[in-house]
Amino acid sequence: MINASLTELRAALDAKRVSSVELATLFLDRIERHNPALNAFITVDRDGALAAARAADARIAAGTAAPLTGIPLAHKDVFCTEGVLTTCGSKMLSNFVSPYDAHVVALLKAAGAVSLGKTNMDEFAMGSSNENSHFGPVKNPWDTTRVPGGSSGGSAAAVAARLAPIATGTDTGGSVRQPAALTGVTGIKPTYGVVSRYGMIAYASSLDQGGAFGASAADCAVLLSAMAGFDQRDSTSLERPAEDYTRELAAPAAGDKPLTGLRIGLPREFFAEGMADDVRAALDTALDAYRQLGASTVEVSLPNAKLAIPAYYVIAPAEASSNLSRFDGVRYGHRAAEYRDLAEMYAKSRAEGFGAEVKRRILVGTYVLSHGYYDAYYLQAQKLRRLIAQDFQAAFAQCDVIAGPTSPTTAWAIGEKADDPVQMYLSDIYTIAVNLAGLPALSHPCGFGAGNLPVGLQLIGDYFAEARLLATAHQYQQATEWHLRRPG
Amino acid sequence: MSRSDWEVVIGLEVHAQLNTASKIFSGASTAFGAAPNVQASAVDIALPGVLPVLNRGAVERAIRFGLAIGATVAPKSVFARKNYFYPDLPKGYQISQFELPVVQGGTITTRVGEGLSGENRAYEKTVQLTRAHLEEDAGKSLHEDFHGMSGIDLNRAGTPLLEIVSEPDMRSSAEAVAYARTLHALVRWIDICDGNMQEGSFRCDANVSVRRPGAPLGTRREIKNLNSFRFLQQAIDFEVQWQIATIEDGGKIQQATVLFDPDTGETRMMRSKEDAHDYRYFPDPDLLPLVIAPEWKARVQSEMPELPGAMKARFIEQWGLSAYDATTLTASKEIATFYQATVDAAGVPLAKPCANWVMGDVAARVNKAEMDISSSPVSPAQLAVLVTRITDGTISNNIGKKVFEALWNGEGGKDINAADAIIEAQGLRQTNDAGAIEAIIDEVLAANQKSVDEFRAGKDKAFNALVGQVMKASKGKANPAQVNELLKRKLEG
Repeated sequence: MINASLTELRAALDAKRVSSVELATLFLDRIERHNPALNAFITVDRDGALAAARAADARIAAGTAAPLTGIPLAHKDVFCTEGVLTTCGSKMLSNFVSPYDAHVVALLKAAGAVSLGKTNMDEFAMGSSNENSHFGPVKNPWDTTRVPGGSSGGSAAAVAARLAPIATGTDTGGSVRQPAALTGVTGIKPTYGVVSRYGMIAYASSLDQGGAFGASAADCAVLLSAMAGFDQRDSTSLERPAEDYTRELAAPAAGDKPLTGLRIGLPREFFAEGMADDVRAALDTALDAYRQLGASTVEVSLPNAKLAIPAYYVIAPAEASSNLSRFDGVRYGHRAAEYRDLAEMYAKSRAEGFGAEVKRRILVGTYVLSHGYYDAYYLQAQKLRRLIAQDFQAAFAQCDVIAGPTSPTTAWAIGEKADDPVQMYLSDIYTIAVNLAGLPALSHPCGFGAGNLPVGLQLIGDYFAEARLLATAHQYQQATEWHLRRPG
Repeated sequence: MSRSDWEVVIGLEVHAQLNTASKIFSGASTAFGAAPNVQASAVDIALPGVLPVLNRGAVERAIRFGLAIGATVAPKSVFARKNYFYPDLPKGYQISQFELPVVQGGTITTRVGEGLSGENRAYEKTVQLTRAHLEEDAGKSLHEDFHGMSGIDLNRAGTPLLEIVSEPDMRSSAEAVAYARTLHALVRWIDICDGNMQEGSFRCDANVSVRRPGAPLGTRREIKNLNSFRFLQQAIDFEVQWQIATIEDGGKIQQATVLFDPDTGETRMMRSKEDAHDYRYFPDPDLLPLVIAPEWKARVQSEMPELPGAMKARFIEQWGLSAYDATTLTASKEIATFYQATVDAAGVPLAKPCANWVMGDVAARVNKAEMDISSSPVSPAQLAVLVTRITDGTISNNIGKKVFEALWNGEGGKDINAADAIIEAQGLRQTNDAGAIEAIIDEVLAANQKSVDEFRAGKDKAFNALVGQVMKASKGKANPAQVNELLKRKLEG
């Protein structure tokens, strides 16, 4: 049951071979046993999970189960959960119990999914290693001296270590895909606007997008189908009919060449210097496998991709500096114990409540929006953003999906880059451009590098190509076994 | 040096609270006077993760305003964040519009100095508007009764505002007040704001500077939050005197924001330019650009009421009213509606006497009762019958006043023809019978030989006394014109 796919769990639940309560208990017990070593969860909600599981069992008995009814999952602690601590990985919200559910949380509750708890993350989703959490770093299940990636490191580690079959995450610059790659699981970030941001604590509003983690593309497809959809409470939510992202998973009639006709674009810039040798080797092998499945590869170019990191580190901090202003100690969250006046209350509450990386980005964001700098930084970055999006559109004239590395390296040692923000920022070099363009992308395991550490392959699609991306990865996973490997 | 050596330059920023039922970015109610924070939703208190959703009703009101002032209603405008920290600003930023406002340009024409004469006689003034943009209001900080702490009431947070910015076109406090009054009447006329100044629904900020005529603009100081026309006038007058005195004493005006203290009648500095915030405006990524399709604008246009300017022109050109009368009768939508309905019932030939009645007895009675003309117990139709009876000679003007009082007090009931009923019941019909009037005159002349002698001695006043006696003897019913004529004939004959 621990390693079962969602299809298998669904079948077991429907056949009453296992109850939802038993399933929840199984995973809760695993969390209890393994979480101390991994620190993947900030909050475990045993009572809430068991209550939800009992309700799910009743629903299954009544024959009204939805695809996720009775399935345990974990939520990144960026999603507001009614009555449950919602910290966003920050001391600032270490006492915040949300009075309402995020749209995603409400949808999954309504689908009958059983939330086991809230997963650890980089504070306010700012980070690529999960070392920026107020609740301590998450450990990579493949090597607990290494980082799991970030910012959704807790969700990725939880799925990798089978503390939960699936988990939600958010991706602002790679925060689903990069930890998926570093922990050997599959993670998808859909087109911007597909998943409602209501109740998802904002980091950079124009880039933030909810996403899904699972052991396979098929599992991600089920979870994403339940998370996505128009929400009138989010003005950037796209008003489109709901989609079944599993619809293209069934193998076409092409036999052992199911990907025949698929053109995979390989951006020249992604395969240049900067990629570690072991990552490159795994990727080459994976691309061979794709060709074996009938796909063709074509070189494409994303000439402005190299500008993605500087553009991102203007836009994201600018939005963050404003988004995080509400954390002022006035209405909720951390407030300094002593202060002489209002200014000092603000200063001390925020100085105490935010960690170093959050402060760094608030400062950068405040600076780039300042009078006299706005045009030089923020407006320029917005122009780059348009250029980067145009690059992708040009590439998609030549190919159906784009493939490349998710991360330039496998998981690095905890502390290795902690003092070098620029090195840390560069670890998102392949993922950030996708957020700037608002495109969907996923990462799936494609082999192992030095030290038996997972390597991820990123597939990028055109707008609303989620189903195709998932189906493409699914065909690869039907033919390979990397996604079935589990940490020892 | 005297005041006349200086030119005063004033621009106004008016915050008009839009009369939507719910807030601009949340579904919470905007009703005034609820217990603190009961009308603050998750969005209004800026819980983590909440997002704004624009209220279409607020946009529609902005469109209506733009159309009413002949402005450009921007096909695309952008909401921006204005960032600053304050406890009653829950998000740490205000959602407003900055570079691309929804309403651009436009004009307001007003009459200044109405009722004055000579050099100060009334004149028309057209003020250019820079823009009007949508934004959300902040909450309120309460500094009393919290044991040394401050309270925060977020009921007002998120209330929709239209900030209406004029060019620095006004040259006196009188012009500023006339503009503000006209604007106030307009927003109520087009039903986008209740105009309640006590409750803060219509607040003025005045940018004031002085200069030598022909010189470049002087440094301005901004007087914040003036919530009555009287304060607006007083604050500008004080500020102008202060600026002139400061410059003439060799001082310089520093750009600043000031507050007006109604108790002292003075303005005092709130913050200098050095303390000014850098608001770090940038487009709000939570909101898409506001796109107003031509169809939307056209629909709003088709639903617009006749505007005061057009109505005033019609009253002058088609109904022959004076500019003064037309201005007074279009000063508010309620008066204009009442007057229009009266003329509709009485007929256009009676437009002028109807105007006199609405501006005279009706206005006096309504003001005395401190009620709105729309709740007048005398309906426009009833008034029309009364005016008709005076004009057709059924009753005299003086008897008309008596009938009006009776109507006001509910005599004759709600019936349109209540005036006729009162006239008949009280026997108030004017006597046009020359024989009957002559008989009365003879009696009066016989009884007032002294006045007759005085008149013959050349005292014209005595004639009026005799007319009065005749009218009195007829219980007011004698036709005054006929009395005059017949009396004159008798005395001279």
